[in-house]
Amino acid sequence: MAGLAATFGSGAMTNSIDELTDADVIFVIGSNTPTAHPLVATRLFRARAKGGRVIVVDPRGISLRKQADLYVQHKLGTDAALINGIMYVILKEGWENKAFIESRTEGFDAFRAVVDQYPPERVSQITGVSEQDIRTMAEWYAKAEKASIVYCMGITQHTTGVDNVKSLANLSMLTGQIGRESTGVNPLRGQNNVQGACDMGGLPNVYPGYQPVLNEAVREKFGAAWKAEGWEVSLDQGVGLTIPDMLHALDHGEMRALYVVGENPVMSDPDQHHVEQALAKAELLVVQDIFLTETARMAHVVLPGCSYAEKDGTFSNTERRVQRVRAAVKPVGQSRPDWEIIQDLSNRFGYPMHFESPARIMEEITQVTPQYAGIRFDRLEGEGIAWPCPTLDHPGTRFLHKDKFVKGLGTFFPIEFKPPAETPDPEYPMWLTTGRAHVHYHTGTMTRNSPTLHAQMPDGYVELNPAKAREIGVEPGGSVRLSTRRGSITAAAMVTERVPADTVFVTFHFIEANGNVLTNTALDPIVKIPEFKVCAVRVEAA
Amino acid sequence: MSYQATKTTCPYCGCGCNFYLESVDGRLVGIVPDKSSPVNQGKLCVKGWTAFEFVQSPRRLQTPLIRKNGELVPASWDEALDFVAGGLKKIVKESGPRSVGVFASAKITNEDNYVLQKFARAGIGTNNVDHCARL
Repeated sequence: MAGLAATFGSGAMTNSIDELTDADVIFVIGSNTPTAHPLVATRLFRARAKGGRVIVVDPRGISLRKQADLYVQHKLGTDAALINGIMYVILKEGWENKAFIESRTEGFDAFRAVVDQYPPERVSQITGVSEQDIRTMAEWYAKAEKASIVYCMGITQHTTGVDNVKSLANLSMLTGQIGRESTGVNPLRGQNNVQGACDMGGLPNVYPGYQPVLNEAVREKFGAAWKAEGWEVSLDQGVGLTIPDMLHALDHGEMRALYVVGENPVMSDPDQHHVEQALAKAELLVVQDIFLTETARMAHVVLPGCSYAEKDGTFSNTERRVQRVRAAVKPVGQSRPDWEIIQDLSNRFGYPMHFESPARIMEEITQVTPQYAGIRFDRLEGEGIAWPCPTLDHPGTRFLHKDKFVKGLGTFFPIEFKPPAETPDPEYPMWLTTGRAHVHYHTGTMTRNSPTLHAQMPDGYVELNPAKAREIGVEPGGSVRLSTRRGSITAAAMVTERVPADTVFVTFHFIEANGNVLTNTALDPIVKIPEFKVCAVRVEAA
Repeated sequence: MSYQATKTTCPYCGCGCNFYLESVDGRLVGIVPDKSSPVNQGKLCVKGWTAFEFVQSPRRLQTPLIRKNGELVPASWDEALDFVAGGLKKIVKESGPRSVGVFASAKITNEDNYVLQKFARAGIGTNNVDHCARL
C-alpha cells in the first residue's frame, strides 16, 4: 500500500470490482484470482465474454491462463524488469499519453532515463519472456480505451514489493489508464477486513484514516479526542514497530509483553521456527481468538473472542466498501465480541472506555477519520458505502483520482530491477514459491474446522513438475522433503505442469507441512513485507 | 421452530460478498447468497457457501484459559482479565509503554480494531500496533 500511497496519495484499490466487467484490457499480475478472489475472477470472465482481453502474468501456470488471451510465464521476482520492458516499448512506439503525463504527473524525465535501459532484448533475458509477448502486452494495454491492472501478493511479497507496485503505478500513469471508469491500479486484498484494519490505524505509523503519528497537529487532535476522566493520555511520539520488528524485539528482550488479537503469527509469518523462538521469550503473551491456534497454544492467557456470525460491526472490503456484519446467533460458550473484551481490559488497566455498541464506536470513528466522516450504521443498509465519504449526504466514491490525484500530481518513480534476496545455488538449487489453495484460507484456522472444506483437501502438498519428479524418483502422491536455510518439511507430491521444472510451490494452510517453515524473513526495506514468494530450496524424495 | 435469515458479510477474502446466515432455533443451518449485493450478485465460492460450519465447531474456545503449572486451564473472565491488566500495568511501569506490542487483525471488525488501537495508543501509550497487512 505504501507504493500506491507514495505515487497517488492513497494506498487502496483505485476502482471498484464491478468496473472490471467493462474494461477493454485487464492486466492480471501476481494474482491467482479464481483461487484467492473468486468473485473478482467472475468479472474477468465477463469482461472477456463482452469482447475484452485478459492478460495473465504469473510464474506459475495458474488455471486462469486457460481463460487468458495472453499468458506470460516470467521468472520469479523479475516483475519490475518486465514492467520496465513493457514501458520501454510504449515509449519507443509513442503510445504514451502525453497530455496525461504533462498535466497530471511529475518526475517523468528521471523515470524515462531508467526505462530507456530496459529494451526488450535485455528484459527477455532477465525474465524469460519473449520479446514478442512484451510488445503484445505493451500494445494491448497502451492502446486500450479502458485498461485495468489487477495485482495481489505475487507483486507485493518480495523484498522489492514497493518497487513492483510503483512500477505498475508508472505503467498506468504513462498511458493515462487511471482516474476513469474501468481503469486503475487494483490491489486485491487477501483478507476480509485488511482494508479496514489499515483504515482504523492498525499500523505503527498512522492513526485512523492514515493520519501520521509523527504529525504534531494530528497527535494533538487524537490526544484531545481520546481524553478520559481520571486518565492522562500520553501518546507515543515516535513510529511504532512492525510485526517483524516486534518479533525481533521480543527475541532480544526489548519487548516483554505481546497482545495478539485474531492473528496466528506462528503459521503466517516467515521462518516459523524463528517466530516460535521469539514468542517463547515473551513474559506475557495474550492471545484472543476463536480457536486454540498454534499461536494461542504458546500463550500465558487465552481470551475467547466470538466469530463474525455472533457479533455486530462492519468490514471494509478490497474496494473500500464499508459493509455491515450482523449477529445471527448467540456467542458460543462464554466467548464475547472482541471490542467488549478489549474495552473491559482497558477499564481494568485504568483507561476508561464506555462504548455501548459497535454503532457508537462507529460514531467516534467518524469524528476522527475524515474518509469515514459520513458513514453511520443506518446508512449501511443495502449496498454499504465506499470511502471517501466525507459528509452525511455523500454517496461514497466508486473510483479514486478522477481529475486529480489524492496527493495532487501523480509521481513517477524510476525503478531498477533488483533480484530476490535469495537465489538458487549448488546447496539449494531450486526456487520455492508459496500461495493459497482454493478450498483453504490463510492458516487454515477456519477452513480446516469446516468439515466440507476439510474433506476436499485434508492434507498439505507440494507442487512438483513431472520432469523433476522423474529426476528425483517421486511418484504422484509420494513423499517429498523440502529444505531451506530456515528449516525442512515433508509433504505429498502433487505432480503438475503448473510449476516450471526448477520451481516448487507450497501453501501455508497446514501446520504439519507449513510453507512458512521454509520462507525467507528478508524484508522490503520500506514496508517490511517479507519475501514469501521467492527463496532457494533443496528438493529430495523422502 | 424459529427460522431466521440474517444478512451479513463473508469472513474470508477481501471481496466482501454478502449472504444470509440461516438459523433454526438459534443454530446455524445454511447460507443463502445475497442477489442484491453489488459484489457477489447472488453467487458465492466454496468457502462462502460453507462459512457457517466453523462457527459451530466443537473445537471453538468456550472459556478464557490461563497457564498454570505449564498447562492452559479454564478460568473466569474476571480472573483472566485481571491477570492480563495487572501484568501489562507492571511491565509498562517497569519498562515503559514500548515494551508492549499489540497485533491487530484483518479478521476482526473495524470497531474491534478501532477500540484495540485506541487502547494501545491512549491506554498503554505505544504505537507498537501492526497486523498482517503484509502477509
